[in-house]
Amino acid sequence: MTEHLHLAVALDGAGWHPAAWREDDARPADLLRPSYWVDLVQEAERGLLDLVTIEDALRLQSEDPFVPDERTDRVRGRLDATLIAARVAPVTSNIGLVPTAVVTHTEPFHLSKAIATLDYAATGRAGVRVQVSGRADEAAHFGRRQLEPLSSTRELDWSDPELRRRVTEAFDEAADYVEVLRRLWDSWEDDAEIRDAATGRFIDNTKLHYIDFEGRHFSVKGPSITPRPPQGQPVVAALGHADIPYRLIATSADLGFVTPHSAADAADIVGRIRTAQAAAGRAEETVHVFGDLLVVLDDTDEAAHARKRRLDERAGAELTSDAEIFVGTPAGLADLLQEWQAAGLTGYRLRPAALPHDLVRITEGLVPELQRRGAFRTSYATDTLRGHLGLSRPANRYATTAQSA
Amino acid sequence: MTSKPLKQVHLAAHFPGVNNTTVWSDPASGSHIEFESFKRFAQSAERGRFDFLFLAEGLRLREQGGQIYDLDVVGRPDTFTVLTALAAVTEHLGLTGTINSTFNEPYEVARQFASLDHLSEGRAAWNVVTSWDAFTGENFRRGGYLPQDQRYERAQTFLDTAFELWDSWGPEDVLADKDSGRFLGSASAGTFGHHDGHFDIEGRFNVPRSPQGRPVIFQAGESEQGREFAAASADAIFSRYSQYDEGRVFYDDVKGRLAKYGRSRDELLILPAATFVLGDTDEEAAEAAREIRFQQVSPATAIKFLEQLWNTDLSTHDPDGPLPSFDPVESDVDGLISQGRASVRQHRDRLDAAAKWRAKAEAEGLTTRELIVEVTGRQAFVGTPQTIAETINRFVQDDVADGFILVPHITPSGLDPFVDKVVPILQELGVHRTEYDGSTLRDNLGLAHPDRPEAKRVSA
Repeated sequence: MTEHLHLAVALDGAGWHPAAWREDDARPADLLRPSYWVDLVQEAERGLLDLVTIEDALRLQSEDPFVPDERTDRVRGRLDATLIAARVAPVTSNIGLVPTAVVTHTEPFHLSKAIATLDYAATGRAGVRVQVSGRADEAAHFGRRQLEPLSSTRELDWSDPELRRRVTEAFDEAADYVEVLRRLWDSWEDDAEIRDAATGRFIDNTKLHYIDFEGRHFSVKGPSITPRPPQGQPVVAALGHADIPYRLIATSADLGFVTPHSAADAADIVGRIRTAQAAAGRAEETVHVFGDLLVVLDDTDEAAHARKRRLDERAGAELTSDAEIFVGTPAGLADLLQEWQAAGLTGYRLRPAALPHDLVRITEGLVPELQRRGAFRTSYATDTLRGHLGLSRPANRYATTAQSA
Repeated sequence: MTSKPLKQVHLAAHFPGVNNTTVWSDPASGSHIEFESFKRFAQSAERGRFDFLFLAEGLRLREQGGQIYDLDVVGRPDTFTVLTALAAVTEHLGLTGTINSTFNEPYEVARQFASLDHLSEGRAAWNVVTSWDAFTGENFRRGGYLPQDQRYERAQTFLDTAFELWDSWGPEDVLADKDSGRFLGSASAGTFGHHDGHFDIEGRFNVPRSPQGRPVIFQAGESEQGREFAAASADAIFSRYSQYDEGRVFYDDVKGRLAKYGRSRDELLILPAATFVLGDTDEEAAEAAREIRFQQVSPATAIKFLEQLWNTDLSTHDPDGPLPSFDPVESDVDGLISQGRASVRQHRDRLDAAAKWRAKAEAEGLTTRELIVEVTGRQAFVGTPQTIAETINRFVQDDVADGFILVPHITPSGLDPFVDKVVPILQELGVHRTEYDGSTLRDNLGLAHPDRPEAKRVSA
């Protein structure tokens, strides 16, 4: 029997092609309106997808992800991703909601309660994708640390020890940050609220816990002001392209997004993550590894290629991406997904080139195709994100009673 | 008779909070954390055509005697997240969040409020509070302590900086014109720079201008500095002066400060917090109010309040006996028995306060618990629906307030009796809307829109 694969869609602006906003069915004037996001996520839910991610950054978008620009011909401006997810939560019922959150400049205490609250509003469907920021212009928005500007992605020299030091430090801080998120989510035991009329106590305060985290970048006392969320631990995700972020995925995440360019590449990346996972003592835990793909989908290969050419011409440059770009039919994409799945990926995060076009090709084309092949769910079997991903509700690290037997 | 037009009564609903006025032991009391409770409460407020919902905040669980305080409701959601989720299940209700200016950065708070305003289509409001204690700071990167004299300076600077960020985008900066290929009207949209002792930041803000331009700004401080801060920058004050005489004095004082900032008296609303108890007769309501007060002040709670003033362990004191015969224990902030409570509720002069409590208890023959019931706040409005509606209307017409932020004692259904019984009378009196007519919270509050000051509505 074919193992079901997991599917996520990455939502960002009008789509991942820089000219997507000019398509006939695009809604560029609605990118800041709630109905735009509700429509997209409800469409993804109609396709029974595991989750959507929502991109974010504490800076304006730029053509090169590492260098700011002053372009006026691209989508610029965005909303806080956690709040988009919160707005969508009450009007969806099954799909996982995984906003991106920058961890470099923000407070883990605030993000922990925000994601816990999202989990309450979505009744068990919240996650968070943690993202590191290394950009000097983003740091200047906060004024608390100085960073030298990075050169363009295309020129990054990974043998440069200074670059490696900077990146390692940023990801170590992210690992500390996730540790604080997780401890805060566990800082209330599930049965801490007792409402004991006899003693007048609302909580049993021995079931609330200081987390006493002391790290190099911050210390956090706890407990959270928000009780343990419905899933216990909302899903933590991270995107990685190299060993340093793979280590973050292996040590701290439930779900990694990676960018292989072939089945062999996928096997290699999964192997690295599994090795790092074992080194972190997490060999027995489920850590999903999803391949990211930027997708241009139409009913025929010719139509898909023609549309991509048209988009590229509009953009004035050929589409580039950190992820592999797939141009073709849903059936062709299904072939690729199954081939790379055999290399060890457990699912995919698809980045639609244009919205809503490529999202609808996923929900109405790819999903039925995978269902015919027995490779994707035909209905939601659970109503939590952890449930969709086959993750059980974890025991609370601070609970003393539950595990003694 | 003069033909002075009637002022409209503004009404808001405070989600029952983390303090002893919230009665969690009542069989009707539901969850304080499930989203369903917030949704139910917000929809009741909207059914009553309220202006907005109000959420308080506390960033560290309160402690007393080194233990997490366990007698009141404990636990609350993240303010931005729950308000934005509520935008999905309401259409008109304003969404007011209390957000601290000490344990946040302007760029992040400005983008969260701008996002809330977009995602609610113009219903965001910010109650700006400051705190400065190292106790709360232990939960944050930046740590805590801010000297008291710098609180308002930082708050004012924080707010000024947030204004700069919101104003860095003009209403016409997003063109999104498919034909011409122009997405932005200006290559410098969002550019800002703020450099002073509190914030040294620059770059580009990444949320285009929101429907209200900027959220409605609330301020809660009562000190001299707090009043000036509100007169200079706020759209509304969340005050605690709900009684007639004190309310009129406060109202007159704060409204009188507006002129020197070039503002008129209707540019700042005064909205005290107020509790209420309804009954079929005024006597029945008074009896119910007394019972609720004793629910709110259990014997254990009475002792905890006593400890907050005496600043020492009184766990063996008899709540049904007289006040302690010895004097309170003085201490610095770090040595206080109670940590994490709002500053206004901490006692300033313990000896003086204790003397007043003793005098009152002796004069009226009150036990410790009865005394605490008397001194920790009666309900503002007690009576029949008719009595309460007429009282509220009189207070508003007499400039005690511009309206009230109602704090029910039961979650989430506590607002319903007011909505069902008092609101219709206020509507009949012609002082409360029967349908929403504005498209944003600013419209509903009669406040000017920063982008179209000429279109300012006057509360009629």
